Amino acid sequence: MSGEKSRRGFLEAALSGSALLAMVAVFYPIYKYITPPKLAEAKLSQLKLSFSRADIESEPKKAKYFKYGRSMGIIFLTETNELMALSATCTHLDCTVQHRPDLGIIWCSCHNGRYGMDGSNISGPPPRPLEPYQVKEVGETIFVSKGDS
Amino acid sequence: MSDKNLSSKMFDWVDSRFKISALVDYMGTKVVPEHSHSTFYYLGGISLFLFIVQVISGILLLMYYRPGADSAFESVQFIVSTVSFGWLVRAVHSWSANLMVFFVFLHMFTVYFTKAYRKPRELTWLSGMGLFGLSLLFGFSGYLLPWNELAFFATRVGTGMAGAVPVIGNDLLIIMRGGEEVTGATIGRFFGLHVAILPGLFTVLLSAHLIMVQRQGMSEPIDWVNKSDAEKKYMKFFPNFILRDVLVWLIVLNVIAVLATFFPDGIGVIHWPLGEKADSFAPPPAVIRPEWYFMFAFQALKMLPAHILFLEGEYFGIIFFSIGGLIWALVPFLDKKSAVDQKSKLFTAFGYFVLAFIIFMTLYGYMVE
Repeated sequence: MSGEKSRRGFLEAALSGSALLAMVAVFYPIYKYITPPKLAEAKLSQLKLSFSRADIESEPKKAKYFKYGRSMGIIFLTETNELMALSATCTHLDCTVQHRPDLGIIWCSCHNGRYGMDGSNISGPPPRPLEPYQVKEVGETIFVSKGDS
Repeated sequence: MSDKNLSSKMFDWVDSRFKISALVDYMGTKVVPEHSHSTFYYLGGISLFLFIVQVISGILLLMYYRPGADSAFESVQFIVSTVSFGWLVRAVHSWSANLMVFFVFLHMFTVYFTKAYRKPRELTWLSGMGLFGLSLLFGFSGYLLPWNELAFFATRVGTGMAGAVPVIGNDLLIIMRGGEEVTGATIGRFFGLHVAILPGLFTVLLSAHLIMVQRQGMSEPIDWVNKSDAEKKYMKFFPNFILRDVLVWLIVLNVIAVLATFFPDGIGVIHWPLGEKADSFAPPPAVIRPEWYFMFAFQALKMLPAHILFLEGEYFGIIFFSIGGLIWALVPFLDKKSAVDQKSKLFTAFGYFVLAFIIFMTLYGYMVE
């Protein structure tokens, strides 16, 4: 009787164990498949902008956006006529920030986040400052680069 | 014990609202005839299982596939070269597609020769014919989507054939191609057809087909009318037949896994290498051929002379296949003997003729290459 029972138990364990393994064999590839592969990002040492200081000046908000690799940056003229560049992606929920020369801040319209001209988070929900870019002007041409490179 | 209480409570909850116990009782009384051709009863189920595999693997492919002349080929290349197990998902989708068409053919012919289409199952046969046609359209429309050389020329020839249909041919061709030529616009159309229109139609027709099968039960062999009840053997549908069904599905799944792993690009004439990107200015590859299940029609049309009587050869071929298909679809209504449970030698002979024609033309098509 007990031999019968343990045989049944063994069969049940073998069956459910192999069913489990079969499920793993099906769902593991599916899980790996739906996880998108990491794409190599071209490492930029610096970016030459397609516009000049004059183009930025002529904008009503004295600012323009640029694409740096896969991220977006904003370049603007400060009150002292200096060029500053910051990451344009708000650190709160990834909205795009804008230059507000009238308020003297970088402003995120989504949730009223405020940053200083240097990118520091002043008030509102943003948890971290905006990452700055280094700006270099050579004649008419503007180059931006990430601080670490 | 508490498990059982919970599940029976859940059942009671649903039953008190939807009165499903009648359905469950009905399932319990359902039986499947046992005889020398009982294996035929698994073929429809296998086709159904392969369709489910197609839906799942197709949804997975959709996560990375991007239709369009500039992105379709590149996205498939990305799937098979960069995405984890992407090659496997594409291989499963392609193998399962070919197996599905094969089992649908097998299912159709076994139903035909056992005359299971006879009264009262005329509509089940008709819905099955619809599903058969949709399966072929699935294959045809899916073939173009990788936008490679093979697909491009096969689609040009295939849609060109539609262009030979009398009267409406040219309009049909332009609607199918989205213009005069096979271009990125054609991908858009075939993509919409393949992932939205066909699955929708297929699901509705398949539901009707399955409901009819469940309602009427399996067809008994035609000579069982002369048998006494004692001579007839049956198996319970639930759980005996269902468990066998599940085992067969598991075997099919393993067959797909083995084929897809060891032959991700197919074998022999059943193959789908990604190859070169389609280029409308490049000359066609040396061998243009359709998928194996279109080979018989392709070969037959190729063999027709330019003119038959007062008709162009292609017109004649299309009329020939249309009439043949119509007779095949209407067999339950034409085969009057079957309605009174008698075997019609004429319709059996017609079936053998069709089968022989398809096999001969297919083999011949591959031999003359």
